[in-house]
Amino acid sequence: MELLSGAEMVVRALRDEGVKYIYGYPGGALLHVYDALFQQDEVEHILVRHEQAATHMADAYARATNKPGVALVTSGPGATNAITGIATAYMDSIPMVVITGQVMSFLIGEDAFQETDMLGISRPIVKHNFSVTRAEDIPSIIKKAFYIAQTGRPGPVVIDIPKDMTTPTERFPYEYPKSVKLRSYNPVTKGHSGQIRKAVDMLLAAKRPMIYTGGGIIMGDASAELTELAHLLKYPVTNTLMGLGGFPGTDPQFVGMLGMHGSYEANMAMHHSDLILAIGARFDDRVTNGVDKFCPTARIIHVDIDPASISKTVQADVPIVGPSKAVLEEMIQLVKESKKRPDQDAIDAWWKQIDEWRARHGGRYRTDDSEMMKPQQVIEMLCKVTNGDAFVCSDVGQHQMFAAQYYKYNKPNRWINSGGLGTMGFGLPAAMGVKMNFPESDVVCVTGEGSIQMNIQELSTCKQYDIPVKIICLNNQSLGMVRQWQDMNYESRHSQSYMNSLPDFIKLVESYGHVGMKVTKYADLENAMREAFAMKDRLVFMDIYVDPFEHVYPMQVPRGSMRDMWLSKTERT
Amino acid sequence: MRHIISVLMENEPGALSRVVGLFSQRNFNIESLTVAPTEDSTLSRMTVMTTGDERVIEQITKQLNKLIDVVKVVDLSEGDHIERELMMIKFKANGQMRAEIKRTADIFRGQIIDITPNTYTVQLVGSSDKLDAFIASLGNASIMEVVRSGVSGIARGEKVLTI
Repeated sequence: MELLSGAEMVVRALRDEGVKYIYGYPGGALLHVYDALFQQDEVEHILVRHEQAATHMADAYARATNKPGVALVTSGPGATNAITGIATAYMDSIPMVVITGQVMSFLIGEDAFQETDMLGISRPIVKHNFSVTRAEDIPSIIKKAFYIAQTGRPGPVVIDIPKDMTTPTERFPYEYPKSVKLRSYNPVTKGHSGQIRKAVDMLLAAKRPMIYTGGGIIMGDASAELTELAHLLKYPVTNTLMGLGGFPGTDPQFVGMLGMHGSYEANMAMHHSDLILAIGARFDDRVTNGVDKFCPTARIIHVDIDPASISKTVQADVPIVGPSKAVLEEMIQLVKESKKRPDQDAIDAWWKQIDEWRARHGGRYRTDDSEMMKPQQVIEMLCKVTNGDAFVCSDVGQHQMFAAQYYKYNKPNRWINSGGLGTMGFGLPAAMGVKMNFPESDVVCVTGEGSIQMNIQELSTCKQYDIPVKIICLNNQSLGMVRQWQDMNYESRHSQSYMNSLPDFIKLVESYGHVGMKVTKYADLENAMREAFAMKDRLVFMDIYVDPFEHVYPMQVPRGSMRDMWLSKTERT
Repeated sequence: MRHIISVLMENEPGALSRVVGLFSQRNFNIESLTVAPTEDSTLSRMTVMTTGDERVIEQITKQLNKLIDVVKVVDLSEGDHIERELMMIKFKANGQMRAEIKRTADIFRGQIIDITPNTYTVQLVGSSDKLDAFIASLGNASIMEVVRSGVSGIARGEKVLTI
């Protein structure tokens, strides 16, 4: 058997796990590992400018491929800088392996230079974490980390490696385990058949059904099965923010996103439905609004791989623990075999009602109340120019909601955003992580002038590795979502939500060697955007000035029911 | 409602902090907590006494089960079970009080496990209620120190919590 040092085992294990890129930043505790990286060329390391970006790149790779991304950061500040990215992945159940350096094991607990208790700090925001106490355990720990990260409900796993575990002169026989078994961890592989049968009976008897799905469809690779079941039944489908693309956005059965900024028709239909089939969604507060008023007439079938997600906030009538794909396959089979058919009169009446709701609002927005371009127009143009087929990586704020509402995602894994944690600064590194792995695809970062400045240093990484993402910056010179809340709830006192010292983004990106474009008129938008996307091998930053007074609508009234919404600045349900 | 939750977990460093962290992170109560290795040195057994309505207890058991180091979780309160707590209690014991403490300890089937001219230390094993009652019945005595182990529990009959 080959003898390898701990550092070499780290790199070799990553290779044997099929990892192509790792994203990271070196430092004292990791010098042995970086030296081992230098001496091979199978695992390529991407040097970011801040560790947060490394975690977001790894995370976005996972969101686009459903495979774990890998980040490598040093101890102390390297590790703490990675925390936001780990929390982002954790909240959205994204598989990721983060390797953190640690001070020498005999120094742990002595407040050594660049020491921080990474196991303790990361504990509440990881699926699991490991500390290496014997160098020879490195291959098996890495194997376990990848296994845990991507099975069951996925999530980030941290491996903390003290520097003396990677000493080059201490060598051990290396063998990468072929499989792993943990007696305390056995993720379910199929749902309970009796429960599924019961659920299908209820589905076929429903008069006002809704299919409500989330990120579990995307990460569970169940988009095709969801689409098949929905088409078999002809029932309306709504997606959460995390679930967009799980069902085709241009399908007539798609009623839009639901929740706080969900479509009028999706929220109305949820409120009035008599049966909700929830799959891979977790009834979070941005979806349910006031939980005591949530969907008063609906019975709920809840399918989720994580039993703890079921009946956590909203009581399920039929809980089904299992992977979305396997459960959906079984449901499709049962629907096909069943002699019962949906009550066609009731379903027709239900669709008639939904279409009336659609006609009332249908995602319209005003363009006549301002001279300036509307952010919604920009997203609609982006969808047109990229044929609805780009990877759209969003930052957090109003632009994120517009990108969720107005870009039509027909495929899973194309809409990449920080839904649960709402991490500003996510967009650019996320787009970079996707672009590196999908060089032939259009990869867009939709951002604002607030979010982009949270990780703008990564323009330098883009230069180093030639990562030609397209940045669509909806520049409204304010923290738009904060400002919207201040408009609606604080009598327009814009406390700290205005930015009056913005850089000249065009010069800034040019100084990094990229292309900048400023667009202020809607009439120029299409040509400019087409020009930008035609530059396949250049990063283009489009600084697009939009109406600073625009709000995101619909917006649910706080603590109300699903149907309590503002539809515009003046119109309420 | 009061619940006694038994947890079988890997005897790994950090396992305890994962459980304790989970309770504080998710705003669950811990009334008492005991943990020690079992006959299998790779496993620890933990008993958590907690309170909450049905939904909270359901979340507690589900969230505990999610922890990778947790092998099995049982809510002992769901079935017949035995619970015990150990208490050591040190009294100032002079004059008449010496006899009274001894008498009361005997009634509660406690033992005096340490004596000095001025103190008695009593050991008592029983349900938490019994320990509370013992303290209450010696309300006029001068208690110097109370040490309680927290509740441990085991199911009655042939039911066992093992892997």
